[in-house]
Amino acid sequence: MTTPLESHVIEQTISDIVDDKKDLPGALLPILHDIQHHFAYIPKSALAIIGRSLKQTEAEIYGVISFYAHFHLEQPGKHTIEICRGEACQSMGSTALEKAVKKQLNVDFGQTTKDNNFTLEPVYCLGNCACSPSIKVGDKTYGRMTSEKFAKLSEQLSLYKISLGEEL
Amino acid sequence: MTTTIYLPMDTTALSMGADDVVKAIEFQSSTNGQTVNIIRNGSRGMFYLEPLLEVETEQGRVAYGPVSVDDVESLLAQGMLTGESSHPLYLGLTENIPYLAKQQRLTFQRAGIINPLCIEDYIKHQGFIGLTKALALTDQTIVDEIKTSGLRGRGGAAFPTGIKWQTVLDAKVTTPEQKKYIVCNADEGDSGTFSDRLIMEADPLSLIEGMIISGLAVGATQGYIYLRSEYPQAHKVLEQAIASAYQANYLGNNIQGSKRQFDLEVRLGAGAYICGEETSLLESLEGKRGLVRAKPPLPAIEGLFGQPTVVNNVISLATVPIILAKGAKYYQDYGVGRSRGTLPFQLAGNIKQGGLVELAFGTTLAELVNDFGAGTYTGEPMKAIQVGGPLGAYLPEQQWHLPLDYEAFSEVNAVLGHGGIVVFDDSVSMTEQARFAMEFCAIESCGKCTPCRIGSTRGVEVIDKMVIDNQHGQSTNQAALNELLVDLCDTMVDGSLCAMGSMTPIPVKSVLTHFSDDFINDLPTDHLEKVMVKEQN
Repeated sequence: MTTPLESHVIEQTISDIVDDKKDLPGALLPILHDIQHHFAYIPKSALAIIGRSLKQTEAEIYGVISFYAHFHLEQPGKHTIEICRGEACQSMGSTALEKAVKKQLNVDFGQTTKDNNFTLEPVYCLGNCACSPSIKVGDKTYGRMTSEKFAKLSEQLSLYKISLGEEL
Repeated sequence: MTTTIYLPMDTTALSMGADDVVKAIEFQSSTNGQTVNIIRNGSRGMFYLEPLLEVETEQGRVAYGPVSVDDVESLLAQGMLTGESSHPLYLGLTENIPYLAKQQRLTFQRAGIINPLCIEDYIKHQGFIGLTKALALTDQTIVDEIKTSGLRGRGGAAFPTGIKWQTVLDAKVTTPEQKKYIVCNADEGDSGTFSDRLIMEADPLSLIEGMIISGLAVGATQGYIYLRSEYPQAHKVLEQAIASAYQANYLGNNIQGSKRQFDLEVRLGAGAYICGEETSLLESLEGKRGLVRAKPPLPAIEGLFGQPTVVNNVISLATVPIILAKGAKYYQDYGVGRSRGTLPFQLAGNIKQGGLVELAFGTTLAELVNDFGAGTYTGEPMKAIQVGGPLGAYLPEQQWHLPLDYEAFSEVNAVLGHGGIVVFDDSVSMTEQARFAMEFCAIESCGKCTPCRIGSTRGVEVIDKMVIDNQHGQSTNQAALNELLVDLCDTMVDGSLCAMGSMTPIPVKSVLTHFSDDFINDLPTDHLEKVMVKEQN
């Protein structure tokens, strides 16, 4: 549970982000990106703050958030792992890879592991189609992925040696 | 003596470990007392050789690849820094590698050669010649030049770029609040395509230059690049390139002292395939759900914020500078029929030598996948090739001799699209691919048109039903279900506003037509079990 003090800080941060971007033409997506970049998800209290600032209803803001696969209203695990389900990756065995990863982490798409370390998501093309199958962890894409390589990678990630987007 | 080394920083090179190779070279060369200057270029597009390391020598750039961290020690020991040929990874002069030497690089002329973030490097390699010429021309002359070049939208729809620009140029803005926009569609969501990403990561200034020229041509002063959020590296490179372009006075309110203005901003998408459709993209840019708009009005008349807007694909815009620099005729001389110029084909999927191959229109799939691609990655026979992304047809072997041009492909109900080529070996299940086309549409449909939103879900269900009936030996139902599936496809084609719903039937029908023996019969056991379990529940 967030304490009243914490939620005050969260709301202040959101307000600052909104104030910074609200005058941009078509400001909503840039605002949502900045909030998610800061918190790793979009806290529910953001809906009212954004709505007030952009003169839109919370329902409208929610409608936009829920339309886009990239935005999340729940806190994800420490690392978000995206497995490409595109055709190029399928041709190189991504369906089997997907199955192996789900089994190893014991989660399905959209779920977070018990230790809160990994959230698994599908992705439809990472643009790395000549070195399929590909996965993405944070901002880093990995090509020619196999279930063996993934087991090793997830072990390194579990040891917190790699933070989001950084290498060993 | 300092040796100059090039190692790419594009997504694919990074995904194959280029950063680690850089660290290893820095560490080991300094231990050896050798001084190196490592330049992070963009990839040459020979992705099967990534990470591709190049060393500058008196003879030219010498290539080694694919290089892993474990190779660095032996490479340095065997004279890599002087371009020695004894190491097994030695590939000779980069430009003589047949994969590259056989290409006709126009749009990608600088990719992998220059430092993508260095304006001086860009200028040294014919950058900004097109813009300099455009600044001296009238808006109509620029538009005419693009029309004459025969350039058509490279995003897939292949609409003549010059005609689109003419419409925006002719659209009048009368009040100071009104203004025209240039929007670059960088929402490259089709599986098997990466040419937009590569040009943005390897030569971002060519896109920026193309957008400035487009602005001059139609009278727009504001540009947006709508970039998909799945491309964080392209985002990083673009932001830096735009900042340097502002600093060097190529963007802003007095471009190179011409008193002409153009401002440019990157906006990120958020994981919605449909936002690659131009009207959905505009909705998204306006901060809304990416619901497709009905046309007319055309975006060229009422586009972003209701204003006249050019919406062009990355490759279309990045090709504009060379057309202006070398003249419309030079560009038009490449290609066949009504497909003029070159297309950066993308060899992807189960292919031994995947990568980007820029060639004039008119070459064949067989030449591409055999001569350049060297067959499948797995070494198994090729079974099907999907061209043009998830909404493109699966082509059987008898169609691989077709010339790659827009008209020849649409004649056989296939799609050339963005030039993405995904190869499948004979382990592919065509049933799974047809089913996935429907599933993908169900996931990514914006929901506006019922045939697309619901029809795609029904499509998955009909295919599953056919599989189940087939398992139960009820072959009598198959013909009726097949008819239902075809009918569903026709409804989607007739009743959807945009390509998502109206083109999803293309891959499905291509399977029904060309792989009828495999359809329903070739589902792998584990998938079959899943379908049967679902039935029991």
